[in-house]
Amino acid sequence: MLRRLGPSAVRAGETSSPALFASRLEFNPPAHGTWNIVHIGMLVPQAHQIYVCALNCMRGVVLTAAEMGAQDRFSCVVLHEEDITRGTVEQVTLEGIRDVLRKLPELPPCVIVFPVCTHLFLGVPMGRVYRQLEEEFPRVDFVRAWMDPISKRRMIPDKRLRKVMYDPLRPCDPDEGLVVHLGSDHALADDCDLRGLLAAGGMRLRSIHDCATYDEYRGLAHAGTFVSTYPNGSYGAQACAERLGRRHLYLPGSFSYDEIEAQERQVCSELGLPVPDFATRRASCDKALADAREAVGDTPLAVDALAHPRPLGLARLLLEHGFDVREVYLDAVNPEEEDELSWMRTHAPEVELSATVLPDLRVAPRVREREMLAIGQRAAWFTGTSHFVNIVQGGSLWGFAGVREMARLVAEAAGCERDARDLIVRKGLGCESCI
Amino acid sequence: MRRTNRIIPTYTGDVSGACSALFELGGMVVIHDPSGCNSTYNTHDETRWYDHDSLIFITGLTERDAILGNDDKLVDDVVEAARQLRPRFIALCNSPIPFISGTDFAAICRLVERACGIPCFYVRTNGMHDYVTGAGNAWVALARRFVRPGARCEGTANILGATPLDLGVAGSEVPLRAFVGEAGFHTLSCWAMGSTLDDLSRAAEAQVSLVISASGLSVARWLYEQAGIPYVVGFPVAGFAPMLADSLRRAARTGRCLWPATVGHGGPGEVCCAFVGEPVLSASLAAAAEREMGLAARVVCPLEVPDELVGAVDRCVEGEEGVEEALRGVRTVVADELYAPIVGEGVRHVALPHQAFSGRNGWRTAVDPTTLDIRKLLA
Repeated sequence: MLRRLGPSAVRAGETSSPALFASRLEFNPPAHGTWNIVHIGMLVPQAHQIYVCALNCMRGVVLTAAEMGAQDRFSCVVLHEEDITRGTVEQVTLEGIRDVLRKLPELPPCVIVFPVCTHLFLGVPMGRVYRQLEEEFPRVDFVRAWMDPISKRRMIPDKRLRKVMYDPLRPCDPDEGLVVHLGSDHALADDCDLRGLLAAGGMRLRSIHDCATYDEYRGLAHAGTFVSTYPNGSYGAQACAERLGRRHLYLPGSFSYDEIEAQERQVCSELGLPVPDFATRRASCDKALADAREAVGDTPLAVDALAHPRPLGLARLLLEHGFDVREVYLDAVNPEEEDELSWMRTHAPEVELSATVLPDLRVAPRVREREMLAIGQRAAWFTGTSHFVNIVQGGSLWGFAGVREMARLVAEAAGCERDARDLIVRKGLGCESCI
Repeated sequence: MRRTNRIIPTYTGDVSGACSALFELGGMVVIHDPSGCNSTYNTHDETRWYDHDSLIFITGLTERDAILGNDDKLVDDVVEAARQLRPRFIALCNSPIPFISGTDFAAICRLVERACGIPCFYVRTNGMHDYVTGAGNAWVALARRFVRPGARCEGTANILGATPLDLGVAGSEVPLRAFVGEAGFHTLSCWAMGSTLDDLSRAAEAQVSLVISASGLSVARWLYEQAGIPYVVGFPVAGFAPMLADSLRRAARTGRCLWPATVGHGGPGEVCCAFVGEPVLSASLAAAAEREMGLAARVVCPLEVPDELVGAVDRCVEGEEGVEEALRGVRTVVADELYAPIVGEGVRHVALPHQAFSGRNGWRTAVDPTTLDIRKLLA
């Protein structure tokens, strides 16, 4: 029997457009494994982050750093009410950053500065602040980030940071044998198809995750080709490639065999690599999924959009391989997934598409008639299950190997119980957690 | 420069303080904010979020709405949620951008209340003050709407200032009630853990109020001004609790407010010990140290608190630099673990977790402050 839906869910067959839910009040589910701008900024080796904002806004970022055990790479400048009324925000910003840098035991090679919505609304000339800082600290690269969540329609802070964090890469001679992966929180898996394709042609794949020092990170600029796989990272990767005069390939993580094959053919064609046997790769995925299906049995599944940017594609893959996918948690449809929504409308009309932040969900029952298997932390919380795949933002998955790995993770989740209360509240899955 | 923290965190902000203060009362708190305020609060400042479905939301303010003033959307969204969820009250909180643009919250509260018939009030916040201010303002706003005049109920007391931000451990209000009971009073209301909105609405009937944290002082003053209920400031830690109980009884008898923790330390002798953090608990510990161990102690308060909570030898400071200066010359520092990087070399650091400072970092080592014994703490 179909579950009765609240006002924040709709069945796939009843959708008429990708705009599933209107903007309303929002709450925040206690699943925090996705990375925020502090986690992302910490990827730049030896960089120091400085936030300039009001006390309440500071709290989330300063404790993110503390929970990572990275307080020594984080400092803050607190804005007061009188800075706004007296017009001293620019002065406090400049003097505060200067003060932090003078107090640090050693001057870092790179400082990522985060002004906020307040600077934006007051028209604080941040360009002037940076020019002054660059004059006073010529050996420091100042990265111009923002923490301005109010700018939803222009550029969200996460996406902007994934661009500006690569601004210190300077023009240099290209190394055509080097491919650099940009814009993702997680490094691609060791067995990922892309590494294999490149290795077969004698090329290397690197990313910021491989760099222990700032100089090594700056060395990424030598890449002959940049690739990005995470939607919010593609803008920054494209901008970096254009600035350095390099090739950029956007190869989003996908669960469609056809799309994956097309991406891999594109890589081989653009880089002159041998084309692999795709039939074997497809068959290996089918086998992994069949094994997972057997492990899962008839347990119903829920998928969430924070687990992977392609939740509908993942749901479709699982449905096509005999899994009982009942719920997908997503607040908006990724524009790359409109075809998947259309497919679900026709082939899986009873699947529930649910928001994750709308008010009635705060009090919605978080228990199901029978225990589900969830892919993603929010799906685990909303369905109250202890059987879940603990993954955020696509993890390290990519290509046919990514499909196989997802199948393995699903089978593993079926066979083990996890303590959601302990695991999903931790911030930045994959980062150190001191809590 | 006192605005900068090179390595230590900042304290919980006013918006989170307001949310924490109202969490258990069956209301709906709406923060007019683009994003972040809610996740910051529920991730770092609210120990109850995972298990208790309190209605705390943000409006998701956009740049366009902030500039063009689309207040209708704010009103409509709040009313829609209130109709769905039927809270006992609605509290609206401000954040930096609506503060800059001068959003008229009083008018918005009237519109919301008229549209849905649920009491709606504004909690004065803007994200630029600490949790003491936010919680205090929230409770005063709530008191104005819900506390009713009533006949004095002899032998009853209010406990003011209870939130997990200062108490840390769930259930800490239970021993506080026990202390009040041993002092000879029945707890009429505990603001705001373990009491209902109906309990709180009877606060004006109490004979005396016990202010256990700086957050509770504003509503204590309000009850004193509106209903003549005297208050006593202090936290019942071992070694100081008997003095505090005496003060409660004396205040009930005389109608005079008393600050036994604040005046109970700062005697002669060179200050050798500093308690850093929330001033009421810190002063109570300092008083216990002086009474029980003969130690001259100072409170170092990095929070926005009124002068009446600051003793003669205490220091109200701002930022990391202010704390560092105030700690010069002391041999023992009792402070949250995350103060460690600025405690001087050769100075003993006794770690005392404070939720409003280190958030979840201190959860595993959190202690119920009602169990603190100064001799064991400084042993």
